[in-house]
Amino acid sequence: MYTQAIDVPTDQPQDAKRAPAAVVDNPAYQEEFDAKLARGEFIEAKDWMPEGYRKTLIRQISQHAHSEIVGMLPEGNWITRAPTLKRKSILLAKVQDEGGHGLYLYAAAETLGVSRDELVEALHAGKAKYSSIFNYPTLTWADIGVIGWLVDGAAIMNQIPLCRCSYGPYARAMVRVCKEESFHQRQGFDLLLALMRGSREQRDMVQDATNRWWWPVLMMFGPHDSHSEHGEQSAKWGIKRISNDELRQKFIDAAVPQARVLGVTLPDAKLMWNEARGHYDYGEIDWTEFRNVINGHGPCNRERLAARVKAWEDGAWVRQAALAYARKQELKGNAA
Amino acid sequence: MERKEWPLWEVFIRSRNGLDHKHCGSVHAPDAGIALQSARDVYTRRQEGVSIWVVRADQIHASDPDAKPEMFDPADDKIYRHPTFYKLPDEVDHM
Repeated sequence: MYTQAIDVPTDQPQDAKRAPAAVVDNPAYQEEFDAKLARGEFIEAKDWMPEGYRKTLIRQISQHAHSEIVGMLPEGNWITRAPTLKRKSILLAKVQDEGGHGLYLYAAAETLGVSRDELVEALHAGKAKYSSIFNYPTLTWADIGVIGWLVDGAAIMNQIPLCRCSYGPYARAMVRVCKEESFHQRQGFDLLLALMRGSREQRDMVQDATNRWWWPVLMMFGPHDSHSEHGEQSAKWGIKRISNDELRQKFIDAAVPQARVLGVTLPDAKLMWNEARGHYDYGEIDWTEFRNVINGHGPCNRERLAARVKAWEDGAWVRQAALAYARKQELKGNAA
Repeated sequence: MERKEWPLWEVFIRSRNGLDHKHCGSVHAPDAGIALQSARDVYTRRQEGVSIWVVRADQIHASDPDAKPEMFDPADDKIYRHPTFYKLPDEVDHM
């Protein structure tokens, strides 16, 4: 569901002089690899690729996968308290989808020669990151609607260009994800429409949720382009087709009219149509908050990680029992 | 914390009769039964399949990408395998 350029902004803008030179492992293979990218062709799992390309993809795809799985938690929080059976069924289906998305992405990451155990270990040890947005709490039912509308909306902005990223398994996983993502945003908007047509209390709940989620959602798109650590190399490798700032601008331009339809105000006094640019101007993002949250100090980081570790540890006996049973059956089969 | 991984299975789905099974990804499972169930849960939530094949990943043999020229170049200069190689009189050219 959600990926972002989870690079922490550096204190100074990156420039070509500071960027490390690419390690050319094998000139002939490198040439063929570069030519493929230039032709807009895909790289598949067993093709030669530079180590940096492989490492970057493992990092990005696995962090995307972790984001999906951790993302099940803030929404899972409201399954038992959904106001109607219809909303409960919808939320269950959405959270189930997120689990599925995580699995598509782990499968894609594993094609690069890393094991599931390694990836899970990295997440649990705090070495791997996941999207900053999931470190915020879901305080009311309206949060569930706002997550669908804004968080999934932002994810869709990020994920559509990834359908054409250069690495085949990741691109194909993204195509599958995007097909399912649209329902996520529509159900969220539908939920909010119902609340906005309700009582004063319900409308206030939607406005409050919007106020709390808007800025963290804008941070999902990652640091400004000038401060993005991995952006330039990822663009050269055909992994990142559109820049952080460009995606963020597209998202804002789409969200403003959507907010108008709902009848909520977006919490940014500087949000204003700029005729000359043909886009909405917007206020300054608090990058200190983003850095704190991405480095483990957001409202829910500890809780999220603890929940994941507990789920893994509590499930160990099931995994072991299933393996033991499978081996026993195999032996029986051989003996027969 | 013990980590013993379930084996990897590749998943192939036929979306409807008349079409081939297509590779769509992988699952980890201890045996074929659970692999099929998992594949159903992960890859067919929206009626994307009428049939699932799962194959243990270590049972799949792939051609060597480095050997692409040796494997596939010989087909390049056998243009007589294509119908367009043959110029026929107009009256029978619909063949």
